[in-house]
Amino acid sequence: MSDPMRIRAQAQGDKTTVRILVAHEMESGQRKDAAGKIVPAWFIQEINATWNGKMVMSAQWGTAVSKNPFMQFSFKGGKAGEKVVVSWIDNRGDKRSDEAVIS
Amino acid sequence: MRWISSPAPLWLATFGAFGAFAALPITASAQKTTAEGIAEYRAMLADGNPAELYEAKGEGLWKQARGPKNASLEKCDLGKGAGVVKGSFVELPRFFADTQRVQDLESRLLTCMEQLQGFNAAEIAKTRFGAGEQKNIESLVAYISAESRGLRFNLPQTHAKEKLMYEVGKKVFYLRGGPMDFSCASCHGEDNKRIRLQDLPNLTGQPGASTGFGAWPAYRVSSGDLWSMQRRLNDCYRQQRFPFPGYASDATIALGVYMGVNSKGGEATAPALKR
Repeated sequence: MSDPMRIRAQAQGDKTTVRILVAHEMESGQRKDAAGKIVPAWFIQEINATWNGKMVMSAQWGTAVSKNPFMQFSFKGGKAGEKVVVSWIDNRGDKRSDEAVIS
Repeated sequence: MRWISSPAPLWLATFGAFGAFAALPITASAQKTTAEGIAEYRAMLADGNPAELYEAKGEGLWKQARGPKNASLEKCDLGKGAGVVKGSFVELPRFFADTQRVQDLESRLLTCMEQLQGFNAAEIAKTRFGAGEQKNIESLVAYISAESRGLRFNLPQTHAKEKLMYEVGKKVFYLRGGPMDFSCASCHGEDNKRIRLQDLPNLTGQPGASTGFGAWPAYRVSSGDLWSMQRRLNDCYRQQRFPFPGYASDATIALGVYMGVNSKGGEATAPALKR
């Protein structure tokens, strides 16, 4: 089972800034283990964020993104107390969804 | 070929005209010292220090019933009474009456994991870093140290064994040996030293001691893992080409006492972010 993300969302004026720390191995598929075998690629393929059910950010990721990646974006709108939901799906089909309340 | 060669003189002319202005910002950035550059890099990353992921996981592990005895660590005494986490990190290593030993955070965790949860402490100590229960210890130390973030080091030095361990730690710190014939003090015994681009903290006194000792455990970007103090010391010994005295061994605890006492009054920044 994957570990939870850390999500912080802060509203300021008419925009909300969301900062996400994702717990994921993000294995590039280029590394070899101690026995010399290639460690299979394992990475997040799609990540998106919704606010009040509306998609506010969507990205496709690949093997070039680091382990335990950090991501920040902002969108117009959002008030304190509202929810932002972030979800990802990786190339193994594992999924994870976490939410944060806008402060 | 014609396509490439024809705009070239134009570009050169432009560069010639603006070259004098362009030179200014370049010199300004070159004057920034390496330490400033690294500090800037850390500040950029600090907002998303992945150590936070370990803190959250560690808090869960602390409260979760695990092991053969199916118990949590919430009754573990880290020196400030059973279950008190906040502030314990800045007073470790210290003497524990139940084990009659001076223990650092990790050796104390091993005691708790054995006594409360029924794990085999010797087995965990032998486990490779980053594998099995060692992986869980990484998260636990991240959580425990984070609870003391911003507090000031104040290691007790009242018990005779605590004083003894300080003296032992000092000896180990200055012990020269190995194929390179150097000691901890060779790198960390003077101000203003560095390895490649990294400034080396002088661990024999303040402010160097808490800058170094107070930052570990830390998330190490180059290895993508959270390193505990024991793992950090293991790497020091590897660089010395010295055999590691062993996980949670008295020699490493003594070094912890030496660095911790020297850090008195300094701020704990762990779990920090390292290159």
